[in-house]
Amino acid sequence: MNNWLQHLPMLPIVVPLMTAALLVLLKESRRKTRLTLSFASVLMQVFVAYQLLLVTAGHMPALWPDNIAVYLLGDWPAPFGIVLVADRLAAVMLLLCSGLGLASLIYSTARWERAGVHFLPLYQLLLMGLDGAFLTGDLFNLFVFFEVLLAASYGLILHGSGELRVTAGLHYIATNLAASFLLLIAIALIYGVTGTLNMADLAVRAGQLAGGDRRLFEAAAAILGIAFLVKAAAWPLNFWLPNAYAYACAPVAAVFSIMTKVGIYSLLRLGSLLQPTGAPAAFGGEWMFPLGLATLVFGSIGMLATQHAERQIGYCVIMSSGTLLAALGMPGVTLTGPALFYLLTSVLALGAAYMLIEMIERTRGFGADVLAVSLEAFDLDDPESPDRSDDVVGVAIPAAMAFLGMAFICCALLIAGLPPLPGFVAKLSMLSAALQTSATDTPSIAAWTLVATVLLSGLAGIIALSRTGIRLFWSSEDTVVPRLRVSEAGSVGILLLACIALAIWAGPVLAFLNDAALVLDRPQLYIDAVMAVQPVRPLGATP
Amino acid sequence: MEIVLALAIGVLTSSGVWLILRPRTFQVIIGFSLLAYAVNLFIFSMGRLRIGAAPVIDKAHEIDPSLYTDPVPQALVLTAIVIGFATTALFLVVLLASRGFAGNDHVDGREADL
Repeated sequence: MNNWLQHLPMLPIVVPLMTAALLVLLKESRRKTRLTLSFASVLMQVFVAYQLLLVTAGHMPALWPDNIAVYLLGDWPAPFGIVLVADRLAAVMLLLCSGLGLASLIYSTARWERAGVHFLPLYQLLLMGLDGAFLTGDLFNLFVFFEVLLAASYGLILHGSGELRVTAGLHYIATNLAASFLLLIAIALIYGVTGTLNMADLAVRAGQLAGGDRRLFEAAAAILGIAFLVKAAAWPLNFWLPNAYAYACAPVAAVFSIMTKVGIYSLLRLGSLLQPTGAPAAFGGEWMFPLGLATLVFGSIGMLATQHAERQIGYCVIMSSGTLLAALGMPGVTLTGPALFYLLTSVLALGAAYMLIEMIERTRGFGADVLAVSLEAFDLDDPESPDRSDDVVGVAIPAAMAFLGMAFICCALLIAGLPPLPGFVAKLSMLSAALQTSATDTPSIAAWTLVATVLLSGLAGIIALSRTGIRLFWSSEDTVVPRLRVSEAGSVGILLLACIALAIWAGPVLAFLNDAALVLDRPQLYIDAVMAVQPVRPLGATP
Repeated sequence: MEIVLALAIGVLTSSGVWLILRPRTFQVIIGFSLLAYAVNLFIFSMGRLRIGAAPVIDKAHEIDPSLYTDPVPQALVLTAIVIGFATTALFLVVLLASRGFAGNDHVDGREADL
């Protein structure tokens, strides 16, 4: 048996942690070594995520016969020690996270990585927190990984400094601190009632609660749900998002586009475990559907109302969260697979959009937002904004404007969900699944509401984005053709190519995600896999 | 003892919530500190209140679980204290940076129009 393979679920956490520790020790002046280390770590994470995907797809049944990779930390048996669990959903999220991480790390090498200290170690810690949150099978450990990724994100959101960033960061940190306290209260209450923190064990015990304990548990689950909804940016808990994401520097904002999805992932994970044992439907129950619709409507209105391109992408993030919450709030398992496909395309598209918008903003001469008259009247001159400097070494690509225009069109099509890109495939499969469930069951009003809201929000998206596109590309005055480095254009290119690949292989990907949804729908598989794993060394034996 | 603890948690939480809704950054950070105390006490109380019981099992004597208090919430509260302290300290730094940039201590970086 391959000995290293059994440690596979541990690697996405250990590798970035060790790399971050090494990066802190290395001086900032040793740039080449630091970059090599960072890239080695991220590439390793991509590789490990791919291996885990193969494991969960059933390519290595010798080690984990249930196709769910379980790892006992410290070799303690399941309900007592902390476990790491990688099922199909977790493996897909890991691959998405490390892929997006790679693209935005490439982008950051052009300039942002040098705009302040400790960018690279914080970046590794952010990836570690994200990977850990996807992998962990323990509720308190989930909180710890949330804090790791949040602490790293606090540092990264301030990267580059400046008044706007600090004020937006202040609001972001305050909101997330409050949400973390809610998470702690909920976890403590759940432990107080059930006496366990292991998610698999919790799924078993929650079903056996009755009377007062049951009501207390439902209250705890509701608080937990609120904490996750803050992270997932559900209306009315999402006013922090557009500003914070708009003022963060581009590569950071790009990675942040997966952070709201961690909240959705947690809702989905706990919902799948708690639902069928008769425990409350606090996650993904009928409450999630109207919340998702409200979020979607809020995102669309915000998108139409705002002029600022980066804030517009922030509202796109909210819209994608709303779509996911609404789709996951529908009854039945058929929507989960298409919703996960939508999650993949929207994260990739939004990540690309944040990086793209920053490059497009460089085409605008100073004062393009301000009338020429008021420029003279107030005697303004170019403040040489450090964010906009264009004189960085690197290989420039030809036909910069053509590339920017094409990439912008791709992003707009992806976000609005128009053919031929996978945004369309995702929305079409989601809506047709919603209508199919309504054909067999009676309640079709919810399905038609979902169809109407998703389509109208797509229309709002395409109107807002085409308006932005016209403003950015077709305003004839003051357009400066920027020099784009290969690293910057390449990272956007990678994300968009990944989207196109998703469109080409949409069939197999959707089939895989549907299988992932089926695994989620049968939590007994997860519970059995976690509980069946025996420690390598028998209990009571001395080392 | 239950009523004292419950009152303490309630008073800390309500003062904390009131303070984080105030417009001055200093009030907000004190509010978060009070909330952190309340949450830590709450986690601690989830292991049930016992007086004079140790959380660490003594192997020298025969082990009777009823003599010991639940060690898990104590481990959790330790982690929560460390994390809460670190994030509050980080918030303090951001708060000072914001004060330096904006020249005032309003949470929005500018005074509200009166």
